[in-house]
Amino acid sequence: MVSICLYFQVHQPFRVRNYTVFEIGKNSHYFDEHKNSSVLRRVADKCYLPANAILMELLDKHPEFRASFSMSGTALEQFERYAPEVLESFKALVDTGRVEVLDETYHHSLAYIYSKEEFKEQVRMHMEKVRKLFRADPRIFRNTELIYNNEMAHYIEKMGYKGVLAEGADHILGWRSPNFLYRPKTTTQLKLLLKNYRLSDDIAFRFSEKSWSEYPLTADKFGSWVSALNGNGACVNLFMDYETFGEHQWRETGIFDFLRHMPSFLLQHPDNSFKTPSELVSEHEPVAELDIHTLISWADLERDLSAWLGNNMQQAAIKTVYDMENEVKETQDPELIEDWRRLQTSDHYYYMCTKWFADGDVHKYFNPYDSPYDAFISFMNILNDLKIRIKEKA
Amino acid sequence: MKVLMFGWEFPPQSTGGLGTACYGLTKALSHLGVSITLVLPTAENINADFLKVVGANVRVKAIKSSLRPYVSAQHYSKSYRKSTLYGRSLFEEVKRYAEAAGEIAAEEDFDIIHCHDWLTFEAGLAAKKVSGKPLIVHVHATEFDRTGGLGVNQHVYDSERKGMEKADYVISVSRYTKNKIVSHYGISPDKVHVVHNAVEKTPMRQLEEFALKKHNKIVLFLGRITLQKGPDYFLYAARKVLDVEPSAKFVISGSGDMEEFIIHKAAEMGMSQSVLFTGFLTGKDVERAYQLADVYVMPSVSEPFGITALEAMHSKTPVIVSKNSGVSEVATHCLKVDFWDTDQLANKIIGVLRYNPLRQTMTENAETELLRISWINSAKKCVELYNKATSTA
Repeated sequence: MVSICLYFQVHQPFRVRNYTVFEIGKNSHYFDEHKNSSVLRRVADKCYLPANAILMELLDKHPEFRASFSMSGTALEQFERYAPEVLESFKALVDTGRVEVLDETYHHSLAYIYSKEEFKEQVRMHMEKVRKLFRADPRIFRNTELIYNNEMAHYIEKMGYKGVLAEGADHILGWRSPNFLYRPKTTTQLKLLLKNYRLSDDIAFRFSEKSWSEYPLTADKFGSWVSALNGNGACVNLFMDYETFGEHQWRETGIFDFLRHMPSFLLQHPDNSFKTPSELVSEHEPVAELDIHTLISWADLERDLSAWLGNNMQQAAIKTVYDMENEVKETQDPELIEDWRRLQTSDHYYYMCTKWFADGDVHKYFNPYDSPYDAFISFMNILNDLKIRIKEKA
Repeated sequence: MKVLMFGWEFPPQSTGGLGTACYGLTKALSHLGVSITLVLPTAENINADFLKVVGANVRVKAIKSSLRPYVSAQHYSKSYRKSTLYGRSLFEEVKRYAEAAGEIAAEEDFDIIHCHDWLTFEAGLAAKKVSGKPLIVHVHATEFDRTGGLGVNQHVYDSERKGMEKADYVISVSRYTKNKIVSHYGISPDKVHVVHNAVEKTPMRQLEEFALKKHNKIVLFLGRITLQKGPDYFLYAARKVLDVEPSAKFVISGSGDMEEFIIHKAAEMGMSQSVLFTGFLTGKDVERAYQLADVYVMPSVSEPFGITALEAMHSKTPVIVSKNSGVSEVATHCLKVDFWDTDQLANKIIGVLRYNPLRQTMTENAETELLRISWINSAKKCVELYNKATSTA
C-alpha cells in the first residue's frame, strides 16, 4: 500500500514599496498595494482559480481523492481584499471534507528562530483565521519553508499538534527513506511526515525542463514511478508550492493536464490511495526515531537557511526586526504591530539573497526589486521609520 | 596570429578608459600567443614588454599631434588657438595619422588589423587598402555617448560610420553600445560582436589611513568632468544627500570641459564646504581615491562600458552605476540607477553610507564576481573573431 499525500503551499507576502530615505518620519505607508493586488490577481487567474477548479473536478470524480493546503495569513488576507472568489473556491474544497488545512505562522515568518513568543502568537493568529474562514481545526503543522529541527518538533508537540512536515533530502535522511513516518527524537506522540523531494521536484521544478532525461513528464509515467514504491514505503509525500500550477510551470507546459490526469493513473493501481496528512498520522506508526539537530528547510540545493539568512544584510535586517519586538508590543498600537509583523514575512529576506550563481535564477524571477541591495535599502529605511513611530508612541 | 593594432593612447600616457582597455586587452592577447604591433601617434615612455610598439613619430617623421581621444572638435579648435605647435585641426591630424598608417602597413607583417575608435578608423582603412588584410574596428564609445546625442559632429559621425561599414567586423564594448551602433549607424547586428571590457587585477595596496575618513563619509566621482559622465547629476544628488547626511563629503576627481561650471555650481548650491575637487589623478592616486571613498558613483548619461566601476570594485569600494552603462551588463553586485533620478541616486548613496552590512555584502560578492570578469575572457573572444575574419578573408 502506498498512500499519496498532497500538500500545497499557498502564500503571498505584502511586498514593500521602494521606500526612500527621504520618507523616513514622514510616510508610514510601507506596502505596495498596487503591486500586491496586481500580483495576486495575476496568480489568481493563472493558478489558484484554474487549479482549484481541477481539484474540485477530481474530488467529484474520485471519492478516494485527498489533498491538503497550508495558506499563510498574509495570503488569506489578500484573497479577502483582492480576490474573494479565490477564497470561496478554497472554502468549497475544504467543505468536501477531503481537503485538509494545515497550520503555519500567520505571517509566513522565521519567528521560530528568533522569538518563540512571537512564533506562538503568529501560530495562534493563523489558527484563528483558519477556524473563522474554513471552520477547520488544524492538527498538523508546517513551519515556513519547512524549516525544522528536533527542538521545533518538541515545541510543536507541546502546542498540541499531532504531526509536522519537513524536508526529506538525502543528506538529512542518510540511508532512511522519506516514505515512512518518523518520530522526532525530542517528542513522544508527534509524527513526522517527510517530503519525497525527488518525486515532488519532478513536478515542481523539472516538469517543463527540456534537458531533463525524463522530459516530458506524463501522468502515466509519474503514476508508474509512484506505484513502483509499493512494498517499499507507507506514503509518498508530494509537497510543493501551489503556484507550481500555472505560475512556476505555465499552462502551456501542460501542467494542468498533468494535474487533472495524475490521480486517475495513480488510482488505477489497486494498492495506491490518497491520504490527508491527518489520515496518515492516525493510520500509521513511526518506523524509527529521527534526530535532526540543525535547522533544515526545503529551499535550494543546500536545504538550509542560507536563502534567507545567508549574508550580512539578511542577518542585520532580521536582527533589527526582532530586536524591536518588546518596544513594538509595548506600544499596543495594533497598526504598528501589524506593520512590524508583515515585515517578518520570509520573502523580504529572500529578496536580499545574493547567492545567485548556483540557483539564482529562481530567486531573481520572484524578486520585485532591481537587486538584493535595493531590497535591503528599502527595508532598512522602513525599519527606521518604524523606530520613529515607536518613539512617538512612547 | 599577428595583429597590426592602431590605438591612440596607452598607459602611462592615458587619460581615460581607452588607454586602460587597450593595455588590458593587448596584455591578455599576448598571453594567448597573439603577437601585436601597436601603432600610436607618439610612442614616448611606453613601457610594455608584451608587444611591439611603433610610434608613428618614429617610423614616420614626427606625427606630433595634439590628438586626444576625448577632445571634442569644438574644444580642440579652442586649445589650438592657444598653441601653434600642432596641426590646423583635429581632423587634419586624423588624416596625417592615417597616411602614416598606410606606410607602416606596407612595412609590417601581419594577418589582421584591429583599431580602436574613430580617430584610428581612417588609419585602419588605409592599412586595409595597402595590405588587403581584414579589418576589425573596436568601438569603445560613439559620438552619441560623447555628446549625449546633442550636437553630434557630422564629420565624426561620418568617420565612425564609414569605418564600421568598411570593416569586416565591429567589436563593441557592450550590448548597450551595440544597440547604438545598430540604431544610429545602421550597421547590421550580425556584424557587431560584443566583447565586454574587464579590469586589471593589480595587487591591492596597503590600506591607508585618511584623516578625512575619520569624521566623514566620502562619496566619489571619478571621471572626465563632461556631460557624458553626468557630473551635474552627481551634484544634484549630493545636495539631497547633504540635507539628510550633512557630514558627507563629495570628492570629484578628474578634469574636463565642465570643470569650471561644476565648481561654480557646487558653490551656488551652497556646497563649497562639502564638494572637494582633486583635479586629474593618475596611477596610484586613482587607487587611493577609490580607497578613500565609502561609495563610488558613476552617474553617466551614456557609458559605453565604464571600467572605473570595476576598478572601484577591485578596491573593495561599493559602486553605484548608471543603468545606461555597459558595465551594468556584467556587474551584478552593485547598485544601478537611472542617471536622471537623483532622488533614487541620493537614496542609494545614503543607503550605502548608513548600512554597513550593505557595504560588506556588496564588496564581498563583488570580489568573487570580478574573478569572472577578466581580460583573458575578453581576449579569447577577440581571438575567436580574428580566426573567423582571417579564415573567411
